[in-house]
Amino acid sequence: MIRIGIPSALFYYVYYPMWKVFFEELGAQVVSSGKTTKKLLDNGVREALADACVPVKVFFGHAIALKDKVDYLFIPRIVCLNNKTVYCPKFLGLPDMVRYGLENMPPIIDVRIDTRTRRNALFKAFYSVGKLLNAKSLKIFKAYVKARMAQLRFQKILRRGFQPLEAIDIIFNHKKIKPVTGDGRLNFAIVGYPYTIHDQYISVDIIGKLRRMGINVVTVDNLHPLLLKLQRYKLGKRLFWTFTDRTLRAAYYFAGRKDIDGIIHVTAFGCGPDSILDKFIQINNGSNKIPFMSLTIDEHSGEAGLGTRLEAFVDMVKRKKRSEQ
Amino acid sequence: MMRKVTFPHMGESYRTFKMLLNDLGNEVVLPPRPSRKTLNLGVQYAPEFACFPLKILMGTYLETIEKGANVLVTSGGVGPCRAGLYAELHKRILHDMGHPVEMIVFEPPRLYPLNFIRNVYKLNPKRLSIKSIIECIKRAWRKLQALDNAEKATHVVRPRELTPGTTTKTYKKVLEWIDAAYTMDEIIEAEKAALEEIYKIPQDPERLVLKVGIVGEIYVLLEPASNLEIEETLGNLGVEVERSMFLTGWTRDNTWKETVEGMTVKDAAMPYLPELIGGHGRDSIGNTVLYAKRNFDGVIQLAPFTCIPEIVAKTILTSVSRDYNIPVLTFFLDEQTGKAGMTTRLEAFVDLMKRKKLLRKTGKILRPASAL
Ligand code: SF4
Ligand code: SF4
Repeated sequence: MIRIGIPSALFYYVYYPMWKVFFEELGAQVVSSGKTTKKLLDNGVREALADACVPVKVFFGHAIALKDKVDYLFIPRIVCLNNKTVYCPKFLGLPDMVRYGLENMPPIIDVRIDTRTRRNALFKAFYSVGKLLNAKSLKIFKAYVKARMAQLRFQKILRRGFQPLEAIDIIFNHKKIKPVTGDGRLNFAIVGYPYTIHDQYISVDIIGKLRRMGINVVTVDNLHPLLLKLQRYKLGKRLFWTFTDRTLRAAYYFAGRKDIDGIIHVTAFGCGPDSILDKFIQINNGSNKIPFMSLTIDEHSGEAGLGTRLEAFVDMVKRKKRSEQ
Repeated sequence: MMRKVTFPHMGESYRTFKMLLNDLGNEVVLPPRPSRKTLNLGVQYAPEFACFPLKILMGTYLETIEKGANVLVTSGGVGPCRAGLYAELHKRILHDMGHPVEMIVFEPPRLYPLNFIRNVYKLNPKRLSIKSIIECIKRAWRKLQALDNAEKATHVVRPRELTPGTTTKTYKKVLEWIDAAYTMDEIIEAEKAALEEIYKIPQDPERLVLKVGIVGEIYVLLEPASNLEIEETLGNLGVEVERSMFLTGWTRDNTWKETVEGMTVKDAAMPYLPELIGGHGRDSIGNTVLYAKRNFDGVIQLAPFTCIPEIVAKTILTSVSRDYNIPVLTFFLDEQTGKAGMTTRLEAFVDLMKRKKLLRKTGKILRPASAL
C-alpha cells in the first residue's frame, strides 16, 4: 500500500479530514505526524532558516518526522480557494522550500490549486492527484465526493463549538466528546491562524488553559464562513492573504458581539502578515471597549511566561466585568 | 492650506520626482536621505515586526511632515506581499497620531487606469493638458534613465580606480549635472558628459576584479542608505557589482543577451519555484541562476528582516548555490545591522571568491569538497 504523509501543521487544521478521506478511498494509507513535540520542533528549528516564522519551522519539523515513514509527502500548493484572497507567500512556496531546503525528502505531491485560473480547480487538483496514484476516473470521482462530505461534516462539528483537533478526533476515532463549556460567566474569543492557535505545543495550550479557568472559548474556526464573508472592515483595501483577512474579519465580528468579554490575538513570531494585521486590530480596538490582548508565540514561549500573562488578562477582565455589574 | 507634496526616498530618484512634481505645479518637500533619525522615528511608530522598508518610509513621512508636507505620494501594488498594504497602514498610523495627511497611492496603471488618471489629476494644480503631462513624464523618465546609467558606470569603474574614493567623488559631482538638466536635450547631454567623466577616472587594467550579482527586495536594493552602501563597499574591495533591479527596469534588456539561450529570469527560476510568490522572491532565484550561467563569482541577496518572499527564496537558494557551484551570501537588514559587521562578512566572502577564481585561473580542478 502506498503511504502518503500529511504533516500535522499549517493546512492540517483546516483540510486534513478531506485529504485523509480522499487518499484512503483510493486505497492509500495516510500517515500524519501527530502532535508537535519538543524534539520535532527542535528539528524544524535546526533545518529551517532562522528568519522563518515559527509555523513554518514547525512544518519543517513535521515534514522531517515523516521522512522515512512514507512514500510521498502531500504538500499541495494552495494558492487561492475563494477567487479573492491568496495564501501567505510562504504557503505558495511551501513545497519548494521543503524540496530544496531539506535533504533526502521523499517525493512531494505538490498539486497547485487556484480557483481564479481554472473552473472546478479543486476537483481538477484532486483528479490529477488521483491519476498520479493510478486510480480510475470513476473511483477518483467517488473519493472526491466522499472527501467533500467529510469536509462538510468537519465544518459542521466545528460550528458546534468544537476545535479542529477535537473534530478530527470525533470523525476518525469516533470519540464522543462533550462540548467543553465553562461555568458560563466569561466568554473569550481567540483570533489568529488555526495552525498557531490549535497547535497545543507552540500555543502552550492556550485554549485548554482558559477552559480550565472556567472560560468559554470560541475561535475563528467556529464561525460560519458566511458570517465572516459578510463582516466588513473599514479598510480602503482588502487584506490579500486568506488567513489574515479571515482573522481581521473575525476580530471585527467578535468586537461587535455583546456576549464576548475578551479578545485574544495569537500571533506567531516572525510572521510577516501579522505585523500589519495586529496593528489594524489594535487601531480598531482603540474605538471599542472589549479588553484585547495580543500574544506572540515563538519557539521558546515557555509555559510560565504565557500563563502569567493569561492569568493577568483574565483577572483584569473579571474585575472589569464586576465593576460594570 | 498650501499643499506640500512629498514621496519616499529611493536612491537618487528623488531628483526626478522633484522635477516632475514641480512641473505639474506642486510645491515639493524633498525627502531627506534616510538617517539614524529616520530609523529611530520609523522604529518608534511602525509595528515591531513590520518589514524594514515600511519602517524607513514611516520615518521619512514623519520627517517630511515635520517640514510641512501634507500630501504623500507613494505606490501601492496588489500583493501578495505586504508592500501593497503599506500605504493603508501608514495612513492609519499617521491619522491616529494626529497628522491629517492626504495619501495619493499609485496602483499599477495597467490594472487600475482610472486610479492613475485620477491621481495625476490630483497632482496637477497647474491644470496642464494631457499632452504636456505626457511630455513631462517622458522627460522625467529619461532623467531617471540617466541617473541609473551613471550609477551603473560607477559599479564598473569603482573596483578598478587607481586612487580610492575618486569614483564616489566624481559620481557626486556628475549627479548635480544631471540634476540641473531640464530639457530633453540637456538631459541627454548631461548624461553623456557624466558617463565620460566617470569612465575617464584613472583605472588599473591589471587588477583582478570579481563580479558579483546583487539580488533581493526592491527597496533595500534601490536605497543605499538602507543597505549601508553595500555596493560602494564592494567596489572598494575590488568587486564589480551588477544589480538585478533599477527603477527604469530590469537590466535584462541589454546584458542578458550573453546568457544561455535567451533565458528569462522567470524561465531560470521555474524549476525551483514555479509560483509567483509576491515581492521579488522569484526574481532573486532566477537572477541567481542567470548570474551563475554568466560565470559570475558570487551573488549577494539583500532582504529586509522578516521579508516573506526573500525568506522563501533564501531557503531555495541553498540548493541553487549547490547545483551551480556559486557562492551566495544573504543579508537580512534591519535597523540593527551594523556597517562593521557587514564589512567583515563581505571581506570574508570576497576572499573566498578570490581563492576560487585563482584556482580556476591556474587551471586546477576544483573538487566539490574543496569548493568552500
Ligand atoms: S501567515 Fe505568518 S505565520 Fe503563517 S506562514 Fe505566513 S508568515 Fe508564517
Ligand atoms: S517583499 Fe518583503 S519587504 Fe516587501 S512588503 Fe513583502 S515582506 Fe515586506
